[in-house]
Amino acid sequence: MITMPKIGVVGDKDSVLAFKAFGLSVFPAVASDSEASRKIVDKLAREDYGIIFVTEQIAETITETIDRYDRCVLPAIILIPGSTGSLGIGLARIRRNVEKAVGMNILDSF
Amino acid sequence: MELTKLKTRLKTAARGHKLLKDKQDELMRRFIELVRKNNELRKNVEEELINAYKDFLLAASPQSSEFLEEALMFPTKKTYLEVTTQNVMSVLVPKMTFSHESSGAGIFPYGFTNTEGGVDRALTTLCDILPKLLELGEVEKTCNLMTEEIEKTRRRVNALEYMTIPQLKETIKYIKMKLDENERSNLVRLLKVKTMIQR
Repeated sequence: MITMPKIGVVGDKDSVLAFKAFGLSVFPAVASDSEASRKIVDKLAREDYGIIFVTEQIAETITETIDRYDRCVLPAIILIPGSTGSLGIGLARIRRNVEKAVGMNILDSF
Repeated sequence: MELTKLKTRLKTAARGHKLLKDKQDELMRRFIELVRKNNELRKNVEEELINAYKDFLLAASPQSSEFLEEALMFPTKKTYLEVTTQNVMSVLVPKMTFSHESSGAGIFPYGFTNTEGGVDRALTTLCDILPKLLELGEVEKTCNLMTEEIEKTRRRVNALEYMTIPQLKETIKYIKMKLDENERSNLVRLLKVKTMIQR
Protein backbone atom coordinates (compact mmCIF):
# COMPACT_ATOMS: atom_id res chain seq x y z
CA MET A 1 0.00 0.00 0.00
CA ILE A 2 1.76 3.08 -1.18
CA THR A 3 0.06 6.39 -1.03
CA MET A 4 1.35 9.84 -1.65
CA PRO A 5 0.09 11.74 1.34
CA LYS A 6 0.68 15.33 2.13
CA ILE A 7 1.92 17.11 5.20
CA GLY A 8 -0.24 19.72 6.85
CA VAL A 9 0.42 22.25 9.55
CA VAL A 10 -2.34 23.65 11.69
CA GLY A 11 -1.66 26.48 14.06
CA ASP A 12 -1.82 30.16 14.71
CA LYS A 13 -0.52 32.36 11.98
CA ASP A 14 2.79 33.26 13.52
CA SER A 15 3.75 29.68 14.18
CA VAL A 16 2.85 28.17 10.87
CA LEU A 17 4.03 30.82 8.47
CA ALA A 18 7.59 29.63 8.53
CA PHE A 19 6.60 26.11 7.49
CA LYS A 20 5.20 27.47 4.32
CA ALA A 21 8.68 27.98 2.98
CA PHE A 22 9.18 24.22 2.85
CA GLY A 23 6.18 23.49 0.77
CA LEU A 24 4.02 22.17 3.57
CA SER A 25 0.36 22.98 3.43
CA VAL A 26 -0.42 25.52 6.07
CA PHE A 27 -3.78 26.05 7.70
CA PRO A 28 -4.12 28.97 10.04
CA ALA A 29 -6.40 28.41 13.01
CA VAL A 30 -7.15 30.29 16.16
CA ALA A 31 -7.10 28.74 19.60
CA SER A 32 -10.30 30.46 20.64
CA ASP A 33 -12.34 28.80 17.92
CA SER A 34 -12.09 25.10 18.65
CA GLU A 35 -14.96 24.22 16.35
CA ALA A 36 -13.12 25.60 13.34
CA SER A 37 -9.86 23.88 14.32
CA ARG A 38 -11.67 20.61 14.69
CA LYS A 39 -13.16 20.96 11.26
CA ILE A 40 -9.77 21.69 9.75
CA VAL A 41 -8.20 18.61 11.33
CA ASP A 42 -11.09 16.39 10.29
CA LYS A 43 -10.94 17.71 6.79
CA LEU A 44 -7.21 17.08 6.53
CA ALA A 45 -7.64 13.57 7.85
CA ARG A 46 -10.20 12.86 5.18
CA GLU A 47 -7.97 14.21 2.46
CA ASP A 48 -5.13 11.71 2.98
CA TYR A 49 -2.77 13.89 4.87
CA GLY A 50 -0.02 11.67 6.22
CA ILE A 51 1.22 13.90 8.95
CA ILE A 52 -0.64 16.76 10.50
CA PHE A 53 1.38 19.01 12.74
CA VAL A 54 -0.80 20.80 15.23
CA THR A 55 0.48 23.43 17.58
CA GLU A 56 -0.10 22.67 21.22
CA GLN A 57 -2.11 25.82 21.68
CA ILE A 58 -4.65 24.57 19.18
CA ALA A 59 -4.41 20.95 20.24
CA GLU A 60 -5.32 21.89 23.77
CA THR A 61 -8.77 22.87 22.61
CA ILE A 62 -9.46 19.79 20.51
CA THR A 63 -7.99 16.92 22.52
CA GLU A 64 -10.92 14.63 21.77
CA THR A 65 -10.45 14.90 18.04
CA ILE A 66 -6.75 14.19 18.35
CA ASP A 67 -7.28 11.20 20.61
CA ARG A 68 -9.68 9.82 18.08
CA TYR A 69 -6.99 9.63 15.42
CA ASP A 70 -4.57 7.88 17.77
CA ARG A 71 -6.02 4.55 16.80
CA CYS A 72 -5.71 4.97 13.05
CA VAL A 73 -2.51 4.28 11.17
CA LEU A 74 -2.89 7.52 9.28
CA PRO A 75 -2.90 10.43 9.75
CA ALA A 76 -0.27 10.90 12.38
CA ILE A 77 -1.17 13.95 14.37
CA ILE A 78 1.93 15.41 15.91
CA LEU A 79 1.92 18.21 18.39
CA ILE A 80 4.50 20.90 18.01
CA PRO A 81 5.10 23.84 20.25
CA GLY A 82 3.57 27.06 19.01
CA SER A 83 5.28 30.38 18.72
CA THR A 84 4.46 31.21 22.30
CA GLY A 85 6.37 28.24 23.61
CA SER A 86 5.75 24.65 24.58
CA LEU A 87 2.92 23.72 26.89
CA GLY A 88 4.35 20.28 27.57
CA ILE A 89 1.31 18.51 26.16
CA GLY A 90 3.41 16.54 23.70
CA LEU A 91 5.66 15.21 26.42
CA ALA A 92 2.67 14.50 28.60
CA ARG A 93 1.19 12.41 25.83
CA ILE A 94 4.33 10.28 25.62
CA ARG A 95 4.24 9.82 29.35
CA ARG A 96 0.61 8.82 29.18
CA ASN A 97 1.42 6.25 26.52
CA VAL A 98 4.13 4.75 28.68
CA GLU A 99 1.85 4.57 31.66
CA LYS A 100 -0.83 2.94 29.60
CA ALA A 101 1.49 0.33 28.14
CA VAL A 102 3.77 -0.44 31.04
CA GLY A 103 1.54 0.43 33.94
CA MET A 104 3.94 2.90 35.44
CA ASN A 105 6.12 5.73 34.38
CA ILE A 106 9.59 4.50 33.61
CA LEU A 107 10.94 7.46 31.69
CA ASP A 108 11.76 9.76 34.56
CA SER A 109 13.76 7.25 36.48
CA PHE A 110 16.43 7.05 33.82
CA MET B 1 -16.25 -37.20 26.63
CA GLU B 2 -16.57 -33.70 28.01
CA LEU B 3 -13.38 -34.25 29.92
CA THR B 4 -11.30 -34.89 26.81
CA LYS B 5 -12.79 -31.85 25.18
CA LEU B 6 -11.95 -29.72 28.15
CA LYS B 7 -8.45 -31.09 28.28
CA THR B 8 -7.81 -30.11 24.68
CA ARG B 9 -9.22 -26.68 25.39
CA LEU B 10 -6.92 -26.28 28.33
CA LYS B 11 -3.97 -27.27 26.22
CA THR B 12 -4.91 -24.73 23.55
CA ALA B 13 -5.43 -22.05 26.14
CA ALA B 14 -2.06 -22.71 27.72
CA ARG B 15 -0.37 -22.60 24.36
CA GLY B 16 -2.16 -19.42 23.40
CA HIS B 17 -1.18 -17.90 26.68
CA LYS B 18 2.44 -18.71 26.14
CA LEU B 19 2.44 -17.29 22.65
CA LEU B 20 0.66 -14.13 23.70
CA LYS B 21 2.98 -13.69 26.61
CA ASP B 22 5.94 -13.93 24.27
CA LYS B 23 4.34 -11.39 21.99
CA GLN B 24 3.72 -9.06 24.88
CA ASP B 25 7.31 -9.30 26.05
CA GLU B 26 8.67 -8.57 22.63
CA LEU B 27 6.27 -5.70 22.07
CA MET B 28 7.22 -4.25 25.38
CA ARG B 29 10.90 -4.46 24.59
CA ARG B 30 10.47 -2.65 21.32
CA PHE B 31 8.09 -0.16 22.81
CA ILE B 32 10.44 0.84 25.57
CA GLU B 33 13.26 1.29 23.12
CA LEU B 34 11.08 3.37 20.88
CA VAL B 35 9.49 5.45 23.55
CA ARG B 36 12.87 6.46 24.94
CA LYS B 37 13.84 7.62 21.50
CA ASN B 38 10.53 9.40 21.19
CA ASN B 39 11.02 11.21 24.45
CA GLU B 40 14.47 12.37 23.60
CA LEU B 41 13.58 13.36 20.09
CA ARG B 42 10.62 15.34 21.23
CA LYS B 43 12.53 17.27 23.85
CA ASN B 44 15.19 17.99 21.31
CA VAL B 45 12.81 19.08 18.59
CA GLU B 46 10.73 21.24 20.87
CA GLU B 47 13.74 23.08 22.08
CA GLU B 48 15.10 23.73 18.64
CA LEU B 49 11.75 24.62 17.25
CA ILE B 50 11.17 27.21 19.92
CA ASN B 51 14.54 28.72 19.15
CA ALA B 52 13.70 28.83 15.49
CA TYR B 53 10.39 30.49 16.24
CA LYS B 54 12.12 33.10 18.31
CA ASP B 55 14.48 33.87 15.47
CA PHE B 56 11.70 33.95 13.01
CA LEU B 57 9.39 36.16 15.00
CA LEU B 58 12.15 38.51 15.93
CA ALA B 59 13.19 38.81 12.34
CA ALA B 60 9.68 39.13 11.13
CA SER B 61 8.59 41.76 13.57
CA PRO B 62 9.95 44.80 11.72
CA GLN B 63 8.03 43.86 8.63
CA SER B 64 4.36 43.82 8.09
CA SER B 65 2.85 40.37 8.15
CA GLU B 66 1.37 40.73 4.67
CA PHE B 67 4.78 41.43 3.37
CA LEU B 68 6.30 38.38 4.93
CA GLU B 69 3.46 36.25 3.80
CA GLU B 70 4.05 37.44 0.33
CA ALA B 71 7.72 36.63 0.58
CA LEU B 72 6.94 33.07 1.59
CA MET B 73 4.07 32.69 -0.79
CA PHE B 74 5.78 30.55 -3.39
CA PRO B 75 8.04 27.98 -1.80
CA THR B 76 11.02 26.80 -3.80
CA LYS B 77 11.17 23.66 -1.83
CA LYS B 78 8.74 20.86 -1.87
CA THR B 79 8.61 18.17 0.74
CA TYR B 80 7.27 14.85 -0.32
CA LEU B 81 6.08 12.22 2.01
CA GLU B 82 5.80 8.59 1.21
CA VAL B 83 4.06 6.25 3.56
CA THR B 84 4.14 2.51 3.52
CA THR B 85 2.72 0.39 6.24
CA GLN B 86 4.91 -2.05 8.01
CA ASN B 87 3.93 -4.91 10.20
CA VAL B 88 5.74 -4.98 13.50
CA MET B 89 4.51 -7.80 15.70
CA SER B 90 1.08 -7.63 14.11
CA VAL B 91 0.89 -3.90 14.66
CA LEU B 92 0.50 -1.95 11.49
CA VAL B 93 2.82 0.99 11.71
CA PRO B 94 3.45 3.65 9.12
CA LYS B 95 6.89 3.82 7.65
CA MET B 96 7.53 7.24 6.31
CA THR B 97 10.13 8.37 3.90
CA PHE B 98 10.65 11.94 2.93
CA SER B 99 12.14 13.58 0.01
CA HIS B 100 12.82 17.21 -0.57
CA GLU B 101 12.84 18.83 -3.87
CA SER B 102 14.18 22.28 -4.31
CA SER B 103 14.13 24.13 -7.54
CA GLY B 104 17.66 25.39 -7.59
CA ALA B 105 17.27 28.63 -5.70
CA GLY B 106 18.15 27.23 -2.28
CA ILE B 107 15.71 27.27 0.55
CA PHE B 108 14.82 30.94 0.34
CA PRO B 109 11.78 31.65 -1.75
CA TYR B 110 12.32 35.39 -1.79
CA GLY B 111 14.80 37.97 -2.85
CA PHE B 112 17.23 39.21 -0.28
CA THR B 113 16.52 42.89 -0.74
CA ASN B 114 13.33 43.16 1.15
CA THR B 115 13.72 40.73 4.01
CA GLU B 116 15.74 40.71 7.15
CA GLY B 117 18.76 38.48 7.53
CA GLY B 118 17.16 36.93 10.58
CA VAL B 119 14.48 35.39 8.46
CA ASP B 120 17.14 33.56 6.49
CA ARG B 121 18.69 32.27 9.66
CA ALA B 122 15.38 31.13 11.04
CA LEU B 123 14.52 29.33 7.86
CA THR B 124 17.90 27.61 7.79
CA THR B 125 17.41 26.29 11.30
CA LEU B 126 13.89 25.25 10.53
CA CYS B 127 15.12 23.45 7.47
CA ASP B 128 17.55 21.52 9.66
CA ILE B 129 14.84 20.64 12.12
CA LEU B 130 12.38 19.47 9.52
CA PRO B 131 13.77 15.95 9.01
CA LYS B 132 13.84 15.51 12.77
CA LEU B 133 10.32 16.74 13.04
CA LEU B 134 9.19 14.27 10.44
CA GLU B 135 11.06 11.46 12.15
CA LEU B 136 9.36 12.43 15.36
CA GLY B 137 6.08 12.07 13.55
CA GLU B 138 6.85 8.53 12.55
CA VAL B 139 8.21 7.48 15.92
CA GLU B 140 5.43 9.04 17.87
CA LYS B 141 2.73 7.52 15.76
CA THR B 142 4.35 4.11 16.05
CA CYS B 143 4.49 4.50 19.82
CA ASN B 144 0.84 5.41 19.91
CA LEU B 145 -0.19 2.41 17.91
CA MET B 146 2.03 0.11 19.91
CA THR B 147 0.51 1.34 23.14
CA GLU B 148 -2.90 0.28 21.96
CA GLU B 149 -1.62 -3.11 20.91
CA ILE B 150 0.25 -3.70 24.14
CA GLU B 151 -2.82 -2.87 26.13
CA LYS B 152 -4.91 -5.25 24.08
CA THR B 153 -2.37 -8.04 24.34
CA ARG B 154 -1.98 -7.54 28.05
CA ARG B 155 -5.69 -7.81 28.53
CA ARG B 156 -5.79 -11.04 26.56
CA VAL B 157 -2.87 -12.52 28.45
CA ASN B 158 -4.46 -11.64 31.75
CA ALA B 159 -7.84 -12.99 30.72
CA LEU B 160 -6.25 -16.29 29.76
CA GLU B 161 -4.01 -16.43 32.78
CA TYR B 162 -6.47 -15.49 35.46
CA MET B 163 -9.82 -16.46 34.00
CA THR B 164 -9.85 -19.06 31.28
CA ILE B 165 -7.09 -21.35 32.45
CA PRO B 166 -8.07 -21.54 36.14
CA GLN B 167 -11.71 -22.06 35.20
CA LEU B 168 -10.86 -24.88 32.86
CA LYS B 169 -8.66 -26.47 35.48
CA GLU B 170 -11.44 -26.18 38.01
CA THR B 171 -13.96 -27.88 35.75
CA ILE B 172 -11.56 -30.63 34.85
CA LYS B 173 -10.88 -31.27 38.50
CA TYR B 174 -14.59 -31.37 39.24
CA ILE B 175 -15.32 -33.87 36.50
CA LYS B 176 -12.42 -36.03 37.52
CA MET B 177 -13.60 -36.08 41.08
CA LYS B 178 -17.08 -36.98 40.00
CA LEU B 179 -15.78 -39.82 37.86
CA ASP B 180 -13.60 -41.13 40.66
CA GLU B 181 -16.55 -40.96 42.99
CA ASN B 182 -18.63 -42.94 40.53
CA GLU B 183 -15.99 -45.55 40.25
CA ARG B 184 -15.65 -45.90 43.98
CA SER B 185 -19.35 -46.29 44.48
CA ASN B 186 -19.40 -48.85 41.73
CA LEU B 187 -16.66 -50.79 43.42
CA VAL B 188 -18.40 -50.71 46.75
CA ARG B 189 -21.59 -51.91 45.12
CA LEU B 190 -19.76 -54.80 43.53
CA LEU B 191 -18.19 -55.78 46.82
CA LYS B 192 -21.54 -55.65 48.51
CA VAL B 193 -23.11 -57.81 45.82
CA LYS B 194 -20.29 -60.29 46.13
CA THR B 195 -20.75 -60.69 49.86
CA MET B 196 -24.49 -61.02 49.38
CA ILE B 197 -24.01 -63.84 46.88
CA GLN B 198 -21.51 -65.62 49.08
CA ARG B 199 -23.80 -65.68 52.01
